[in-house]
Amino acid sequence: MNSGDTAWVLTASALVLLMTIPGLAFFYGGLVRRKNVLSILMQCFIIVCVISLQWMLFGYSLAFGPSFHGIIGNLDWIGLSGVGALPNPDYSKTIPHSVFMIFQAMFAIITPALIIGAYAERVKFSAFLLFTILWATLVYDPLAHWVWNPGGWLRGLGALDFAGGIVVHVSSGISALVLALLLGKRIGYNHKPIRPHNLPFTVLGAALLWFGWFGFNAGSALAADGLAGNAFITTHIATAAAGLTWALVEWWHNGTPTILGAATGAVAGLVAITPACGFVNPMNAVFIGMIVAMVCYTAVAIIKGKLGYDDSLDAFGVHGVGGAVGTIATGLFAEKAVNAAGANGLFFGNAHQLFIQFLSLLVAVAFAAFMTFIIYKIVDAVLGMRVEEKNELIGLDLTQQSEAAYTVIE
Amino acid sequence: MKLVIAIIQPHKLEAVKRELETVDVNLMTVTNVVGQGRQKGVTEVYRGAKEAGGLINKVRLDIAVNEAFVEPTIAAITKGAHTGSVGDGKIFVVELAECIRISSGERGGVAIG
Repeated sequence: MNSGDTAWVLTASALVLLMTIPGLAFFYGGLVRRKNVLSILMQCFIIVCVISLQWMLFGYSLAFGPSFHGIIGNLDWIGLSGVGALPNPDYSKTIPHSVFMIFQAMFAIITPALIIGAYAERVKFSAFLLFTILWATLVYDPLAHWVWNPGGWLRGLGALDFAGGIVVHVSSGISALVLALLLGKRIGYNHKPIRPHNLPFTVLGAALLWFGWFGFNAGSALAADGLAGNAFITTHIATAAAGLTWALVEWWHNGTPTILGAATGAVAGLVAITPACGFVNPMNAVFIGMIVAMVCYTAVAIIKGKLGYDDSLDAFGVHGVGGAVGTIATGLFAEKAVNAAGANGLFFGNAHQLFIQFLSLLVAVAFAAFMTFIIYKIVDAVLGMRVEEKNELIGLDLTQQSEAAYTVIE
Repeated sequence: MKLVIAIIQPHKLEAVKRELETVDVNLMTVTNVVGQGRQKGVTEVYRGAKEAGGLINKVRLDIAVNEAFVEPTIAAITKGAHTGSVGDGKIFVVELAECIRISSGERGGVAIG
């Protein structure tokens, strides 16, 4: 046991909570129209409540409990049975098992919240709730098990994912794309511009995401040590490079740099460095940031428009694509000089690592896409996933929650 | 009695108010409005998606005046809001059927000023 490590991981847990509320809530909330901003805040907030309980009751046991053939955890730890002050050496020898559990709870919370970006402004609240619980249980928990549980089969292959590029970002991003395709476009999308109602909210949210991400990535070292320091620095550097690169690309492509672009680029940088932050050096973090900004810009500004799907707030374009870039980049830039427990990537003479990264990426994409499709069909049959046309036009705040964010007349 | 409605550029509001004061026109209602004229709106860009035809912010003044003040009011607004390019705005003048001051119940020309 180490009090420094424990203090840091507890602090990091609080930082990761800050990413979902208010970080992501305001990042997304500012991007929607004024009639839907409360629906986004509500969805983020309720996810914190619901998934915290799911995690405590059985989610943690499914993801991190003793492995059943590498596929899923058994139910030994339901209700946090046996998860107490003593460390679990499988995860960390120096912090209480309960502290590791609550740190991971914050990851389980933010992952389904990221998907909100795909179905924003048109999903029924009841259906959202059922979808979220099923998705967390049937997609997130198994995937976290495969990649992070010592018995998990992808971890057994040697896949590197320091803080959740595959488990958090690829899984939510690809699920977002599937949902956007199944749900269809928002009414009026393509015919008239859907403008963000409050970009200062979005920038505030992006800044809080950046801040909280230090807990996400550096906290994943599970210790207050040099590796945490490396993760902190690479996270910061990749984000700075990505925010600047996006603004410059935009300047060249559209004639002006925008704050929405810089903020979006920064988030893409955070996503891409997530799997890599504990395996790469700061100089290569610069390259990862630059690459992901260019790739995500192409996905969001060019490819999305050509394909015509309505991923409302670019959950796929930023998290799915950015997570994939980060997973592949880890297979290129990882080096044992940074983390002896990791592996060398292609640029350090180990082409096999790149292959493993590709394989894990494909597995995560196929699994998350297939399961999201099934869950969508179930929820749609039971509750109906999309609100009625009239309610969509009036807005989700008034029709799903009977409240309004802004008064026009006192 | 006439109602003078002026649509002007927001940053010209102070200049217009100053010009109106010099001709002793001090009562007005001011609202933020959006619209488009010969400028055809503005182009905005969100994550690379160009959205042309966005409505432009303007300020609208509603000023009720007696006949003798109509031309001085028009001249003052024009002087304050003029730059000479498209987007300066427009002035509409319409007949005003009645005017009632709520506090005193006065009607017509005496209620205006």
